[in-house]
Formats: sequence, structure tokens, C-alpha cells
Amino acid sequence: MDIVGVLPLDVAGTIIVLWLALGLLGLALQGSPLIITNLIFPAGALVSLALAATGLWALGEVAGIAVLPLGLPDLPLHLRLDPLSAFFLILLGGASFGVSLFSAGYFRTMTGNTLGLLCLEYHLFLAGMALVLLADDAYMFMVAWETMALSSYFLVTTDHHVPDIRKAGYLYLLIAHVGAIAILLGFGVMQGGQGIGAYTFAAMRAAHLSVFWSSVAFLLALFGFGAKAGLLPLHVWLPEAHPAAPSPVSALMSGIMLKTAIYGILRVTFDLLDVQQWWWGVLALALGLLTAVFGVMFAAVQGDMKRLLAYSSIENIGLLLVGIGLTIIFHVYGKDALAALSLTATLYHSLNHAFFKSLLFIGTGSILHATGERNMGKLGGLIHRMPWTAMLMLVGVLSIAGLPPFNGFVSEWLLLQAFLLSPGLPNSYINMLIPVAAAVIALAAALAAYVMVKFYGIIFLGQPREPALEHAHDAGRWERIGLSWLALGCVALGLAPVFVIQRLDLVTQMLVGQGLGNSAGGWLFLTPVDTERASYSPVFFLLAVLGVMLVTVLVVHRFYHGRLRRGPAWDCGFPAQTARMQDTAEGFGQPIRRIFEPFFKIENELPTAFDTHPRYHGRSDDRIWLYLYLPVKRITERLSSWVSLLQHGRIHLYLSYTFVTLVVLLAFV
Amino acid sequence: MTMDQSLGILFQLYQSLLVVLLAPLLTGWVNQCRAWLQNRSGPGLLQPFRTLRKLFHKDAVIAHNASPLFRITPYILFGCMWLAAAIIPIVAVDLPFSPAADVIALVGVFALARVFIALAAMDIGTAFGTLGARREMLVSFLAEPALLMVLFTASLISQSTQLPRIVEALAHHQFVLYPSLAFAGLAFVIVLLAENARIPVDNPGTHLELTMIHEAMILEYSARHLALVEWASSLKLLAYISLGIALFFPHGIAEVGNWRALPLAIAVLLVKLTLAGAGLALLETLLAKMRIFRAPEFLGTAFLLAVLGLLIHFLLGA
Repeated sequence: MDIVGVLPLDVAGTIIVLWLALGLLGLALQGSPLIITNLIFPAGALVSLALAATGLWALGEVAGIAVLPLGLPDLPLHLRLDPLSAFFLILLGGASFGVSLFSAGYFRTMTGNTLGLLCLEYHLFLAGMALVLLADDAYMFMVAWETMALSSYFLVTTDHHVPDIRKAGYLYLLIAHVGAIAILLGFGVMQGGQGIGAYTFAAMRAAHLSVFWSSVAFLLALFGFGAKAGLLPLHVWLPEAHPAAPSPVSALMSGIMLKTAIYGILRVTFDLLDVQQWWWGVLALALGLLTAVFGVMFAAVQGDMKRLLAYSSIENIGLLLVGIGLTIIFHVYGKDALAALSLTATLYHSLNHAFFKSLLFIGTGSILHATGERNMGKLGGLIHRMPWTAMLMLVGVLSIAGLPPFNGFVSEWLLLQAFLLSPGLPNSYINMLIPVAAAVIALAAALAAYVMVKFYGIIFLGQPREPALEHAHDAGRWERIGLSWLALGCVALGLAPVFVIQRLDLVTQMLVGQGLGNSAGGWLFLTPVDTERASYSPVFFLLAVLGVMLVTVLVVHRFYHGRLRRGPAWDCGFPAQTARMQDTAEGFGQPIRRIFEPFFKIENELPTAFDTHPRYHGRSDDRIWLYLYLPVKRITERLSSWVSLLQHGRIHLYLSYTFVTLVVLLAFV
Repeated sequence: MTMDQSLGILFQLYQSLLVVLLAPLLTGWVNQCRAWLQNRSGPGLLQPFRTLRKLFHKDAVIAHNASPLFRITPYILFGCMWLAAAIIPIVAVDLPFSPAADVIALVGVFALARVFIALAAMDIGTAFGTLGARREMLVSFLAEPALLMVLFTASLISQSTQLPRIVEALAHHQFVLYPSLAFAGLAFVIVLLAENARIPVDNPGTHLELTMIHEAMILEYSARHLALVEWASSLKLLAYISLGIALFFPHGIAEVGNWRALPLAIAVLLVKLTLAGAGLALLETLLAKMRIFRAPEFLGTAFLLAVLGLLIHFLLGA
């Protein structure tokens, strides 16, 4: 398709400019908040949709390249739109469309300067993420990466009056920059000593690095992008920053920004570096497994709903990294059909996670607006007060728990199929690792269901735990539209995976040289290898369950009766039932805390028999923080205290330093 | 549509009807055996049907604050379990619906039903309901991966995740003992006990708050809702036992296109189910209920056994 010489890359560039313009317009119009919320955010959402469409268009086209007359003298900026970028642009556009529509309703209570700045930062953040995906040289990439990091830092610290939020923002900024340094060093290594001008990705592809230097580049990239993705042990900023940010921003960060790190790992590993080593895959697989189990375990014991979702994001990043690790292993051993399968699973899960995690995060935003409460132990029974939010979030919960026929199940199914097809690798260590890895994945998936039952059950079901919840109101119009879009995405991705997977072939062909070529089963059946080996049809599955349910309802009501009475709850005849007898979030997580006790640092404060005001207090903390971060912090402080010996703030001291330096230099001359 | 395809669809319908009627009968048989083993005379094989009829005739009473989720869950539960029992090849391997849902999807169906019943248990907001939901999820987060690993072992041996292909492949290897399957079988028995709320993990006949898991979740259900939940539980037991038969004792099943072997296959199935039910009752009588916090260790054993089975297959190829 060629519309009079316009290329997808031109459209994508225009879209980025439009986002920036909308952000600036928001800043200029900060006196009229109604225009910002009702016009600018929806307009930004339409731009997102256009970006998704552009990505879809670019997927089938030849990679477009552009050199911008911007940047430093003699260092122009390069852009490139290939299938990998196009896929992530679809992800960015599709998920941010729903989040922006939701934001139109969510930010309605904000006014003035705060709203104007927020509008600018929000659109700058979106534009930054799009530029990261389009960058084709290290310079452009780092500029876009930093734009993304800084704008999101300012978004996280929107409520900067709260000290905890400032602290969370600082931690985020710190780890983001440690990661950025690693990425920059990685680019330096990949450039391969070709001198100035070889900072483009094209030059990096052409540079043939030795095994040692490729491995160094890979490790630096894994560290740098891992810091952004929340890979163990660089995950500590995630559960702090996500709850601190306004909910739509948490949705963007968790749903989309983490995926830019996945994009970065894929870009470096399969595109910029020309050969891979098998142990890279094993490393990624092992780190991914640790991250997944760690994330879901901590999610199970959280009491704050946004922290719970943040830990669940860590789990999902772990799963994605497992997929990448498998892909590397298969690709190294020349099993490209399998590599295509596990890469498809990874990409599909990225897309799914963008949809369901954004949905859940903006849903918590609606709850926060309605109740002002983030602590799950003070919520409950919201399904009666907020039926829309409850229904749409149920879709998200079932999707993320990996249940058929929703989208989370499809990517889980694909990943497990990749494991099942893996025997016969020529490395016996890997052959031993793979079944264990499959078992850990299954465990993480089952625990995710536990976490999600807890999340949904405590917030939406049961009796309201606080009297104030009686006045909770449902999500507004814009919020509902945003939630519905993302929920619809989860259902559509769950029911028609074949359409998406056929498009994904273009990406896998680019990265591992082979596509899945799902043609055996038609669009109804997902058949990664052949029909005899494995197939799954979500549409038939849904029809069968619905059909059986319908028959049951008809038969029961036709042959018996539909009489129904309402009465007080039975509860084994126990007379005095109060809302406080239900499980709190801590109570529901207690078995997990008990089973995985060695992994947590647990502080319990139990009341004694003689307390007149008995209080219970429990905390489960991260041991990594204690054993890794605090020592690093102490060392840094000690080093900086030595440096401070030189600094006394007196001008004559500094003058004498200058004098001594001069004398020493003169002595050399 | 060819002759075989239409016969296949007809047979799929037949099996669906067969399992839905067979399930309460199996529960009745297990209860009867338990009664005999405990020196009681027992209520007879048809008691589950009588209970169901009684429940269907009653007026449903639900709590004031029950949400639509609570009312729809029994139907979802029944639908999922019926589907699960209907797609496991127990009489013949020609099941036209099977390409739509393979073993991983089967585990997904069980998970879907479990999540819904746990959510429904939390819906009323009673202490017992949330307690039951929490314990159910606790048991299942170890049982589900163990089940998946058992199924993986079978899938790797037969090079397919489709149930009919697995059963076909295993039935053709006449009485060859796979070491990996031996481990998997042991793990499967533990998972079966745990997932169907049997002793030693749960006790289907108790209302003692310290011990109940499944019963605590369904306390608030009455009349037709309760009937459907109970029927779904019977179907789940049948589905698990069928799965065990399909994976470990598939011999005697009717092969593709061999419709003449059907009557014999049905007779063989009935014998297998009778033996399995009696075995289950014997196991339950011999074992003692364990404390709830011993259950994770018990299930952890199943998980490890299943992973060992898988590992043995990867390393030895057997």
C-alpha cells in the first residue's frame, strides 16, 4: 500500500509532533481545565489510535529510514520503522488509547498549573516512548530514553508534597540512570571501536564483535534494560514508584514503559549483535524465573492494591524474560521454528500484559477516586456500588490469571508449548533446566490466580469494611470508555489470537529468520506446529461453555422453577456476622507468607491478652533491599564522606587547592 | 460431512450425556463403598440422585447482599466441569471437540471453575466463605502445577498435547512401564485427592470449621444452586478419574473409526470406574485427615514427584 508517497515513518513522526503540540497546548490552556480534560486528552487518545494503525500498516512494509536534520553538528538523528518497532508501536498506541480516554475523566478534579504541567509531561512521556521505538542511532535512542525517564519521573512525583512520593521518585530516578549508564556503555561496546560516526545502529549491525565483547554488550544491555523492566535484583523502584504515580501514569509505566525495556533487549540481542551465546539464554531464563516467582510471591502478601499490581508486573516481566531466554537458546542451537514459537509467545504476552495491566491499574484509579483508599483492608463489597468497574475489571482479573478463553491464557499456552517441544537440544545441562523451568512457570501461573482472587475478592466482593464505602460512586463516562476499550482488547486478543499471530510472523522472521506460519487450523484454531501436536480454539471453547450453561439454565428453569428468596447469610447459623470477620488482604496472604517464610523479612506485632486496645501489625519486606541495597548505600555514603574531607565551603581553601595544583603542574613543566 | 465425522459428533453428544448421568452414580458408589468399609449399610447407589431431586424442588434462598456473580457461578461451574468430563476420551478416541481444547486448556477449565467458586465464596462476606476461598486457592496453587507436570510427561511421551492423541499413543504401547509415568501416576493420585476435596486434604462429609475447605465455600448455596454445585463436584471427580484412566490405563478404548468396539469399550470403562471408586474409598478409609498446614507439604511432594517424572523423561527419554 502506498498513499501518494507517504511512508508509515512520516506518519509516525507527525504523530509524535502532534503529541508534543497537544502537551504544549495543554500547558498554554492551563486556565481552562475543562478543555484539557474534555478535548486535549481525547485528542491525544485519537493520536494513539492513529499510531496503532500506523504500526499495523508498517508491519507489512519495507523498513523505512529517515535522517533528521536535527541534533548536534555532524551528528544527525536517525529514525527507522521496521516490523519490531511497528509491533511495539501497535502496543503503545492500542493501550495508551484506553489510558488517555480514561485520563480525560480521571484528571477532572485537577486544575491550573498542576493539570497543565501534567498534560505536557503525559504527552511528552508518550512521545518519548514512541521515539525510543523509532530511534536508529545510539544518540537518538539515549535522548528518547532520557525523555521517557525524566517525564515519567515528573509524572510519578505529581503529588510531590508527600515525602514518601518524593522518596519513591528519587529511587526511580536513581535506578533509571544507573540503567541508562549501562545502556550507554553497551552501545559504546557495540560500536566496536569504529570511531566517530559509527554511532548508528546500522554501523553496530555491521560491526563484528568477538565473543567476549558481544557478551559484554549483552550483559550491559541486560543490566540496563533490566533496571527499567524491574528485573531482579533491580526491581526495588517498581513497587515504590507505581503506587506513587497517578493511576493512568502507573498504567502507562507498567503496561507500556516496561515493554520498551523488553524491546531494547530484543533489539540488542537479535538485531544489533550478530551472534548469540547459549549461556545468554540460560542467564535470561534463570533471571526470568527468579523474577517471576519473586514477583508473584510478594504480590500475594501485599495489602496495597497498587503495590500488588506492581509486584504482579515484576512477575510478568519475569515471564517475558523466560520467553526471551528460550528464544536465545533455540536460536543458538539452530531450532528456528521453536525460537519463532517462544518469541511469538513473548511478543504476544507483551501485548496482553499491556492491555490487562493497564486495565487493572486504571481500574484502581476509579476505586481510588470513589473511595480515596488504596489499602485493600479498608475496601470491600464494591461490586454493588461500582458495577461497571467491577465487571470490566473482572475481565482483567481473569485475563491476568491466565484463564481460558481470555488473552492471558493464549500467551501462557504458547509459552508452555515452546517448553513441551524443546527436548532434543544438544546440551544436557539445558535439557535438565528446561523441565524445571516449565514447572516454575506453572507454579508462578497458579500463584497468579491466587493473587488475583485475593485482589478481586477483597476489593469488590463481600461486605464493605468501612461505612464510608456506602457512598462510593461508579466510574464516570470517560473512565468507563477507557476501561471498556482495554477490556474489549483483552477479550478480542483472547478470542482471535490467530489474526495477531499471523502478523507477528513478520517480526519473528526479522529477528530469528522464521515465522510460525499458522495456517493448518484456519483462523479458528491456534496450531503452532501441526494439528496433531497441539491446537486450541478459544471461540469453540467459549461457545461450548456458554452453550452448556444455557442448556443448564433452560433445563433447570423449565423442569423445576426459578423461585428465589433473599434472606440473611447462613454462615453455619452463626448469628453475629460483621464485616470485620472477613479476611483482610493480610489474612488472605498469610498462607503464602507462611509457606515461603524464608524469602520474606517478616515483622509481626501481635497483641497480648491484656491489651485494652489490641492492635495487630504485620509487615513483609524484601530481603534484597536489606542485603544488597543497604550495604551499597553504606559504601556510597562512606566514599562520599571521604570526598567531603576536601570540601569545607571556604573560599581561601579552594584558592589554595588551585595554587597547589598550579605549583605541581609547573613542576612537571 | 463424512460418515465418520457425523458419527463422531453423535458420539461426542452421547459421551456428554453419559458422563452427566454417570457422575452422581460414581459419587454414590464411592460413598457406598466407604459405608461398607466403615461397617455401615450405606444409603445406596442412587442417593446422590435423590439428593439432587430434593434440592432442585426447593426454593432457592440467597443472602441479601449476594451479587449476580454469586448466582451465575453454579452454572459456570457446572458448565466447566461438564465440558471437562466430556472432552476426556474414555470410551473412544474420536472426539470431534478435542482439537478445541487440549490438556493445557483442560487444566485451564479446572482453573476457571476454581477461580469462580472462590470468588463466589467471598461474595457474601462471611468468615467461613473467605476462609474456604483462601484454603482452596492454597491447595490449588500447588496441585495445579503438579497436574500440569503430570500431563506434560504424558504429552512428551506421545508427542502431542491433544488428549485423543495421548491416549492413542499410550494405549498402543501395550503394558510398557515408563519410569516417568510411574512418578507421574503417584503425583496424580495426590492431586486427585486434593482437588476433589477428599481425605487427607479435605473431608467432603464435614462441617467442622477447622477442617473444611470445599464445604466452607459452598455454605451459602441452597436449592438448585447447591444442586448444580454438588453435581459439578461429582463431574469433577469423574473427570479426574477418567483422566487417570486415560493416562495410566487406556487399554480397551475404541480406536479411531472402530465403532464396533464401542460396547466392549463401555463395559471396560464401567469396570475401571468401579475399581477406581472402590480404590478411592479404600484410600480415604485408610488415611487420616491432616492439618491444613500439612497439606502444602503433601502437595509439594506431588509437585516434586511430577517434576522428577518429567526430568526422568527428559534425561532418559522414557
